[in-house]
Amino acid sequence: MSATTQMGAAVDISRLSKIYKTREDDDVLALDKIDLKIEPGSFVAVVGPSGCGKSTLLSLLAGLTPASTGSIAIDGDGVSKPHPKTGVVFQSDLLLYWRSVLDNILLPIEIKRLDVAKYRPRAEELLAQVGLEGFGNKFPSELSGGMRQRVAICRALIQEPGLLLMDEPFGALDALTREQMIMDLQSMWLRLRNTVLFITHGIDEAVFLADRVLVMSPRPGRVDLDLKIDLPRPRQWSKTHEDKDYHGYVRQIRAIFEAKGILVAH
Amino acid sequence: MASTDVIGAAQAQKKQGKGMSSKKKSRGPWLERYSALILAVVLLGAWQVLVPWSGLSEFVLPTPLAIAKRIVNELPLLASHAYVTLFEVVAGFAMGVLVGIPLALAIFYSRAFERAIYPILVALQTVPKVALAPLLVLYLGYGWAPKITLAFLISFFPIVISTVVGLQSLDKNLVNLVRSMGASEWQTFFKVRLPAALPNIFGGFKVAVSLAVIGAVIGEYVAAERGLGYLQLQANSLFDTTLNFATVVTISGLGVMLYFIIDTIEARVTYKRDAAK
Ligand SMILES: Nc1ncnc2c1ncn2[C@@H]1O[C@H](COP(=O)(O)OP(=O)(O)O)[C@@H](O)[C@H]1O
Ligand SMILES: [Mg+2]
Repeated sequence: MSATTQMGAAVDISRLSKIYKTREDDDVLALDKIDLKIEPGSFVAVVGPSGCGKSTLLSLLAGLTPASTGSIAIDGDGVSKPHPKTGVVFQSDLLLYWRSVLDNILLPIEIKRLDVAKYRPRAEELLAQVGLEGFGNKFPSELSGGMRQRVAICRALIQEPGLLLMDEPFGALDALTREQMIMDLQSMWLRLRNTVLFITHGIDEAVFLADRVLVMSPRPGRVDLDLKIDLPRPRQWSKTHEDKDYHGYVRQIRAIFEAKGILVAH
Repeated sequence: MASTDVIGAAQAQKKQGKGMSSKKKSRGPWLERYSALILAVVLLGAWQVLVPWSGLSEFVLPTPLAIAKRIVNELPLLASHAYVTLFEVVAGFAMGVLVGIPLALAIFYSRAFERAIYPILVALQTVPKVALAPLLVLYLGYGWAPKITLAFLISFFPIVISTVVGLQSLDKNLVNLVRSMGASEWQTFFKVRLPAALPNIFGGFKVAVSLAVIGAVIGEYVAAERGLGYLQLQANSLFDTTLNFATVVTISGLGVMLYFIIDTIEARVTYKRDAAK
């Protein structure tokens, strides 16, 4: 439809560490000297067990938390505060209940002091693309969990983010809704071709969606495996899940977790 | 997973509720809607019937109809005094808002200020404000000043506390969300903090305005030449129990009216989380 051929942003992370200072001197090393380059327009998934530093990585990339050491650059700009090219989708939808769906989607436009009227048609178009045509005047309390998360995704996309950060966005959804959301996310991304950093603890959805899966291990947070996923696109739910290579990738990641004692082999 | 289960359950519950109410369609919703009114009518009716039956004189306990008739007959008198009390209440409450909200903001934004002021506030709150009324008259005279001051002192604490609690209870992730969009603290306040705190703030206003009525009337009891509290004392000294009751009803009416004005404003400026449609 609208030919918003936006280029994805490039991400360059070098020797990035994050130490959380706690009151009792037992500081938490959440990220330990991470080096990572992300190609513009690629879909990168990060998997790892709870507490391994995934959200910390996202928060640093979003410019919400300062790094302890090391640096992050988005399209060459050092990140010390939220970068205008990034959009974030959090685990919970974080919709403002006192705003209509449309006004929720337009929130970043208001905050950036852009012309809200000009973006209204775009907001409606995004809603239609996620299957919520005509829901603009509803309020969040009238939507199901899956619908609300779709609205949250629209809200991130209206800023046309060159870098879309997603922190376990489907973690709170039931299996059927999650499947639909995964498929919709893929088609959205195939249309936009922006850079996506998708955080999850689901190995299957990471492999299904991504060009590249980073496997993180806990304490200190490090990237243990950087796996390129070579599966044809667009990926289809049943076909890809039956693919021999797909299972190979999943096995490879599970092996890491089993070796680390995060998963017990059975 | 959990979230949709919960939604499903809630929807099922809602449907069930609907089903139940439609089963006894003839009585259920009608009785529910007017239950408060029916109860009031029943109680007043009992009062109306029991007073003559028990042989109590109207100097002791007038009947509701006698009180109602008196209110109608004395409307100009009641109104002229109600006007004074209303002014004192509104002025005291307005001062409570004008002082309470900035104080709450200072407490919310400054840790040091919170530490310094909270103990003082709590200590002040333990002083029964009503006990200050004679002192205020001593300092401020017999006019409206001591009444407004008392209404202010009694109403500003709930405004401060409810505003601080409203601001503090915000989900921190919402702040991160708007910050990730590049919001300044100014924008964060007006787009998220304030709207999210409004239900709490209005809750505080409703408590405060009812208390302000008490403050103003108590002030009038101590020393006044006008106002509903003054009128009530006059009725007392004349053993005019019916007028006394008529004044009480007017005072309550004042409180209820102010409550509903705030409720109406709240409904206009906020969207209730659960009020689908
Ligand atoms: N604000 C914080 N203060 C102290 N420790 C934190 C804070 N945020 C996260 N941590 C710690 O850092 C580690 C990584 O957390 P997080 O990035 O949230 O992990 P994940 O998202 O992978 O579950 C955990 O051990 C967590 O307890
Ligand atoms: Mg996390």
